[in-house]
Amino acid sequence: MSLLEIKNLTYIYGIDTPFEKKALDDVTLSIEQGEFIGVIGHTGSGKSTLMQMLNGLLKPTSGSVYLNGIDINADKKNIRDIRFKVGLVFQYPEHQLFDETVRKDIAFGPRNMGLDETEIGKRVESAAQFSGLRPDLLEKSPFELSGGEKRRAAIAGVISMEPDVVIFDEPTAGLDPKGRNLLLNQIYNYHKEKNKTVILVSHSMEDIAMYAQKVLVMNNGRAELFSDTKSVFSQVEKLESIGLRVPQVTAIMNELRKKGYDVPYGVLTLDQAHDVLKKLITK
Amino acid sequence: MNNNFIEVKNISFSYREYDGETTSSETSVIKDLSFNVKKGEFLALLGHNGSGKSTLAKMFNGMLSPDSGTITVDGISSADEEHIYDIRSKVGLVLQNPDNQIVASIVEEDVAFGPENLGISPAEIRQRVDEALKAVDMYAYKDFAPHKLSGGQKQRIAIAGIIAMKPDCIVLDEPTAMLDPKGRAEVMQTIKKLNKENNITIILITHYMDEAAQADRVIVMDNGEMLLDAPPRDVFSEVSLLKEHGLDVPQSAEIIHMLKDCGVNEEKLPLNVEECLDLLTKLINK
Repeated sequence: MSLLEIKNLTYIYGIDTPFEKKALDDVTLSIEQGEFIGVIGHTGSGKSTLMQMLNGLLKPTSGSVYLNGIDINADKKNIRDIRFKVGLVFQYPEHQLFDETVRKDIAFGPRNMGLDETEIGKRVESAAQFSGLRPDLLEKSPFELSGGEKRRAAIAGVISMEPDVVIFDEPTAGLDPKGRNLLLNQIYNYHKEKNKTVILVSHSMEDIAMYAQKVLVMNNGRAELFSDTKSVFSQVEKLESIGLRVPQVTAIMNELRKKGYDVPYGVLTLDQAHDVLKKLITK
Repeated sequence: MNNNFIEVKNISFSYREYDGETTSSETSVIKDLSFNVKKGEFLALLGHNGSGKSTLAKMFNGMLSPDSGTITVDGISSADEEHIYDIRSKVGLVLQNPDNQIVASIVEEDVAFGPENLGISPAEIRQRVDEALKAVDMYAYKDFAPHKLSGGQKQRIAIAGIIAMKPDCIVLDEPTAMLDPKGRAEVMQTIKKLNKENNITIILITHYMDEAAQADRVIVMDNGEMLLDAPPRDVFSEVSLLKEHGLDVPQSAEIIHMLKDCGVNEEKLPLNVEECLDLLTKLINK
């Protein structure tokens, strides 16, 4: 049994109005425990709609979502529980901070789960650590933090519930390169150490290529491709035809391969390219 | 007259937090900074979060004033409050989130908002709106509702709204941060076209190194000071220096830099896929 099973999922906005639009069109796929999935697609491709259906924020027009074999929309009473198990970090999550102190803000989720105070304390400390938040910031008001710190605090607020699946929707938008790498590394470490499933939605092909094991490509509400990262990023023409691209280093290596040089397919990162080129140049 | 459009002289700026009567803390964001921007130049500003880029952007059209030093735009000092609207009509500002910059429910009305406020005649507004929409390749969408457009399209509408005021210079603060790859490419194409064809001075703030690589000149800011000021090829050849300061270089430059360990010592690094490919084929066939 897969952790998440999505079956024939369709979602139509504004049914029976002039603005009726099919945002998701018969999507079927499954996601396993402990996978790191990258999601790419142009604006309006259905990525965010799909993400919001994974924890029941939107109800399907038809089709179903199963978490551990249970249809999340079958019984309304389950939905609270589902939200603890599938955490969603929206774009610009720092806009959702609200409590008096950072500690209280991060504790909000675990407290709602009915955990005891000792456990809540532990959860807060560990979530702060995973999201790279300095301990002395916990007692400050969230509004005294810098932009980057606020984002970490908001992410800690979701991680503290220790959900089985965490969905990050463009977590690095607006961060500088160093901040971007730091945050993605922390997300990766959380995934590795806790064996949790992470779904990363991003417009940065470089980031997806670096971290994801599998990539879901959304286009016009359909799951256009869903496969291992290498094979997705070797389909250059297909990606370009739907307004996406491959990482710059992958494009360079693909071109070399086309010219007949001894380059394997699906070179995704600078380190991989470095190894291949070293051999070619010193030969 | 020299051909400097903007002159920045010895400016400093701090954000202060007030604690009742007294200043409780002071964060210095720009420290004794000086540089000029030429008419028609395409300048990219790089720097880590908090390096002072956005503060600087707001000074170019007088939304913020330096604590000390002067900024002169087309001969007018930004400290001259009587002429602040002249500066604002010469320098337009485009921000990160297109949704925060669109005010009307129809594209052409949104673009007309700026010129309407300048008190321009309806006939002239009609003409300016059409021209502005054509300049950003959005004329076909003039009757659309903005919320039906993609992010890249919305950002181009925001740019058209600025162009309709006929500015000499457009400052863009991370205009592509929220866009998908296609939207980013559309906006970059529009910016370059306005620079080359309409001779509009462009100041682009970005975290994307491949965008900065397309400018004529790159200024790298670090903690309120200038770290580098040079053409993109020179800037992005300083791989180690940029990395030390939390920045990156395009992958095409970085991969050649990494090949130092097998004797590749290129003084100037490639900025795009084509240049990198040419260089690599040469290196392999040597």
